[in-house]
Amino acid sequence: MAAVDVDSLTITYGDVIAVDDLSFRAEAGEVTCLLGPNGAGKTSTIEALEGLRRPTGGRLSVVGLDPQADHAALTARIGVMLQEGGIHPAVRVGEAVRHAAALYPDPVDPASLVDQLGLAGLEARPYRRLSGGEQRRVALALALVGRPQVAFLDEPTAGVDPAGRQVIRQVVADLRSAGVTVLLTTHDLDEAERVADRVVIVVGGRLVADGTVDELTNRASGGDELRFRAPAGLDRRSLGTHLGGVGVTETAPGEYLVSAAPEPRTVAALTAWLADHDLPLADLRAGRQRLEDVYLNLTGATRRRDDDFPREISRPSDRSRGGNRGGRGGEVGS
Amino acid sequence: MRPLVAQVRLEMTLVARNGESLLLTLGIPVAVLVFFSLVDVLPIEGDPVDFLAPGTLALAVLATAFTNLAIGTGFDRSYGVLKRLGATPLGRPRLVAAKGVTVLAVIAVQAVVLVATGVALGWRPDVEPVPLVAATLLAVAAFVGLALVLAGRLAALACLAAANALFVGLLLLSGMVFPLDELPSGLRSVAQALPSTALADALRGALAAGADIPSRVWPVLAVWAIAAVALAVALFRWEPSD
Repeated sequence: MAAVDVDSLTITYGDVIAVDDLSFRAEAGEVTCLLGPNGAGKTSTIEALEGLRRPTGGRLSVVGLDPQADHAALTARIGVMLQEGGIHPAVRVGEAVRHAAALYPDPVDPASLVDQLGLAGLEARPYRRLSGGEQRRVALALALVGRPQVAFLDEPTAGVDPAGRQVIRQVVADLRSAGVTVLLTTHDLDEAERVADRVVIVVGGRLVADGTVDELTNRASGGDELRFRAPAGLDRRSLGTHLGGVGVTETAPGEYLVSAAPEPRTVAALTAWLADHDLPLADLRAGRQRLEDVYLNLTGATRRRDDDFPREISRPSDRSRGGNRGGRGGEVGS
Repeated sequence: MRPLVAQVRLEMTLVARNGESLLLTLGIPVAVLVFFSLVDVLPIEGDPVDFLAPGTLALAVLATAFTNLAIGTGFDRSYGVLKRLGATPLGRPRLVAAKGVTVLAVIAVQAVVLVATGVALGWRPDVEPVPLVAATLLAVAAFVGLALVLAGRLAALACLAAANALFVGLLLLSGMVFPLDELPSGLRSVAQALPSTALADALRGALAAGADIPSRVWPVLAVWAIAAVALAVALFRWEPSD
């Protein structure tokens, strides 16, 4: 049986439909990422599963319990990290964790949890004096102190610095190894790709995709591909022929998708063709689509210009790209 | 039981750590008691402390069960504390119970301090314990209900402003410190319908030798207690206001 089972969930606020006939499952012991743009209904869904919000329609089950009817029994078996706050600013870190521990029948040792979350030495500090990242880790500690079977983490890494993200990712990995079911939301698709067993993508309260990261990235691209950026309006037919008769599409002005296995030979042919035509090249990426590509395709958003492409294999500086929108400062050595 | 105890301990810690809470719950009642007992400017017959000691006890109950609870709960709600605790094994009923126990514990501390201060100023109370406790509990229920109506509906800062404004208004109108006889008659009849006035009258009757509790205080307290709690149950929202 799935640890979390969402069956035709509908949540409305007045005339606004926040969640619309949404169904998905989170399997026991897996990390499931709930993704979607702001206002997609992720938080409403999570809060309904936590029993904090009464669904307008549909059936929910968390470890076999109904979040509304069995709420008291459920609370001891779940851990809840709200999207923001939930902690009094004057309460001290140590106090907050010990207090939360006392609410559960079989809590973990507060001191070792504080240690695990990298909060050692901050026990006497009031919550309001913590950095944003430290505050998120305290909220995570309060969600985990009761040894939950299911942890609901609503944007656990929002506003957290890279070192803090590392700690939180490690904690999520540890939870998974310990057999805890984790349902988390995030806007960091890179993170989702790293931690998630399954991904559920929601737009406008409706399910648009559901599967493992591999399934989603394969399904969307049908296999391997090559992407690059160059001046808009290239002769795609000529390039396709040069690459051995493959399709080349311009997905956005100046952004190209080559439907070919990213063999070194293909890459060499591509760069040779560009060199022959005296064209600059930027953001050459080979391999499968990333979750971000799938996500942005599905959610219809404009692709973000992002600096960190782990699979990028070359990035020559691109002097002709002066007017490019959204380019990150300092990209080109000057 | 352990979750309830943990919650009460945390609530007490936060009240003790909050300077404004201490000013409201202890500073103001004690200062009023000491100042007006020593500086005889109020139109009171006899020793002012005999009038002021029960009056400031009523003021202390108002400060804790209404004003301080409304402000604290309003902020707890805005911080999302109430929401989060609703998803823990503490649960909403025990969270409310913990707030109630905390209110009664703070009132007990206030009573010790105010009675000691009053006795030091020459007050010699004659206690009728049953009506004293009954009137206090009914008033606490009414104040807690009203506090939760404000805290459960208004944004934190609006709640703070409203709770403080009502505190000052009730301080002036309830015969706790300033005798009701001095009010214009129209205002006086309004004042007599207030739970705070009924509490002050009840405490004066229950603590003064040879004084009776006016019978009109009981229906006033009972109606306010029932209506305020019912209103709070109907109107309270656990989530932060947007």
